[in-house]
Amino acid sequence: MALSDKSRNEAVLKAITANRLRDGEVIFLAPGSGWVERLDDAALFEDSAAETALAAAKAQAEGEQFAVDVYTFDLRVVDGQRVPVKTRERIRALGPTVRIDLGKQAAA
Amino acid sequence: MNHIAPGRNAGVYSYDDIDRRFVAERVEQFRAQVERRLSGELTEDEFKPLRLMNGLYLQLHAYMLRIAVPYGVLTAQQLRKLAEIGRKYDKGYGHFTTRQNLQFNWIKLEDTPAILHELAEVDMHALQTSGNCVRNVTTDQFVGAARDEVVDGRVYAEILRQWTTLHPEFTFLPRKFKIAIMGSDADRAAIRVHDVGVFAKRNERGEVGFTFYVGGGLGRSPFIGKLVRDWVPEEDFVAYLEAILRVYNQYGRRDNIYKARIKILVHELGQEKFTQEVEEEFARLRGPKYRLAPEVVDEIRRRFGGPAYETLTDEPESFQAAKAANPDFARWVAVNVLAHKVPGYAAATISLKPAGGIPGDATSEQMELIADLADAHSFGELRVSHAQNLVLAHVRQDELFTLWTALEANGLGTPNAGLIGDIIACPGLDYCALANARSIPLAQAISARFADPARQQTIGELGIKISGCINACGHHHVGAIGILGVDKKGEEFYQITVGGDPTLTTAIGDILGPAVTADETVDAIEAIVEVYLSNRHDGERFIDTLKRVGHGPFKERVYAAH
Repeated sequence: MALSDKSRNEAVLKAITANRLRDGEVIFLAPGSGWVERLDDAALFEDSAAETALAAAKAQAEGEQFAVDVYTFDLRVVDGQRVPVKTRERIRALGPTVRIDLGKQAAA
Repeated sequence: MNHIAPGRNAGVYSYDDIDRRFVAERVEQFRAQVERRLSGELTEDEFKPLRLMNGLYLQLHAYMLRIAVPYGVLTAQQLRKLAEIGRKYDKGYGHFTTRQNLQFNWIKLEDTPAILHELAEVDMHALQTSGNCVRNVTTDQFVGAARDEVVDGRVYAEILRQWTTLHPEFTFLPRKFKIAIMGSDADRAAIRVHDVGVFAKRNERGEVGFTFYVGGGLGRSPFIGKLVRDWVPEEDFVAYLEAILRVYNQYGRRDNIYKARIKILVHELGQEKFTQEVEEEFARLRGPKYRLAPEVVDEIRRRFGGPAYETLTDEPESFQAAKAANPDFARWVAVNVLAHKVPGYAAATISLKPAGGIPGDATSEQMELIADLADAHSFGELRVSHAQNLVLAHVRQDELFTLWTALEANGLGTPNAGLIGDIIACPGLDYCALANARSIPLAQAISARFADPARQQTIGELGIKISGCINACGHHHVGAIGILGVDKKGEEFYQITVGGDPTLTTAIGDILGPAVTADETVDAIEAIVEVYLSNRHDGERFIDTLKRVGHGPFKERVYAAH
């Protein structure tokens, strides 16, 4: 799961993630508004815009009772693929590494 | 309704109407709370403590529901229900934990009331599996069966369950509170690394009494429980624990989560002062209200029932013949089978640690098979061990071969109980929101490296315990070899400790050296084992050799290439 040397040189962007209230599913803030289940479909933010977007997403989540535990995380775009910087977020975006038949990776 | 009939399953506490009504009421209470959360009437901040009181966490991929298995004992019928819930509401498997409970990793909030309702139908629940309360009381997985047992800890664990569940003073403790009880000369419940460890014993008149150790624990600050009282008579069992908890409730820190466990209080007050506080509180409490009457103990013991053993003899001919004819069976017996207090019976450990497997995981199909085997061979009763295995505690020796054949045919006959392949591992970063590193892949790699059963047996007793963060759910501090996952600038590294001991000679392991990568960790374990084998004297366990030769040779070999 280590990032390659190449990926380390890519710019760090941010995405906003949460868990869906009803079922706990990992979700990502979509461009415009709303939430999506796949990181590939998520809105990406420059560092400077992320905090504002996060505050709005939290307010939206609280108002709609749709998402919980909303926060930002870092990622890089490497060869067109969105790769979270931290192992934790890569596992959330894909599923457990020890059960590749489960989670989002299973439907890929 | 599908309640368990009293006496149907020997050795499992039979609920009465009060128990059932209480659990049913809690299900309906939580159903209403979930509805209010989904409608927006409750905020997440308001709802979180309520869901935690019902064992529902939010983890990496979904909600996780931790279901209580009181003192690790359950019926075949209950295990079938867990299998059914796994299939219907989760992804077809569950994870048995170091607290003798079961966790489902892919639960939906909106399904939880229905799941709890189904659990209540078989006298199960998820109470006291989370939150700052007295958690599920754990005990020896061989309780009521072991030949070395002096006192049956189940009875007293159940008394504590009844005493703590609705106790108003203990619903909002400074922090979670874990109690373990052991009633044999050997400690198979790691009692001295619990908030309270209770050692049940008998005096020269045969009366039951208890030794209390307080302030043990693992996590960020590991401590070994201190002896607070050597002998508490049975009638004062509840009063003494009440006194300990009152002192904790009064003086325990609520301002800093890292200093809120009772181990910090005992450490900061000192053993003498803490004991004095407890004794003074005990003196105030002692009296009719808190007296545990013998008839109460007898009634609770009666509600457990007991297996209808037949009169048999040890080592029947067919058992001996099966061992002689089948070396694999003989090995399984030697490693996974424990002597029973009743002649002709044995307690069999079903390893949930196949080479390369996920420690503690069982599929719904495996659970159903094991439930059938419990019905066929162990009076419909089974146990969860804190080592994340299952146990059939009352198997006729002349039925062990039939049992093993069925287990072996379904990948459940791994002969590694207590050996290097019997690794305790927390869910780690693959599932847990608190973890810093993955535990399971490392456990898989190590157990695959040491897959050869003959080699494992040659190495002998050697417990490896892996935690994915400093909270130490994998008990790494007390592993003969402990492994702690750490995050170093976004990369997973592993810190190795050696010399931990979870038994009555409790010891916290020492850090061997700098943390290494996952691949290096597997090689390091191999190196440690090689040093042990080349240095050990006859009959020495790993920790004995380590004590005799010191850390030097191990450290030198592990870090030779660095």
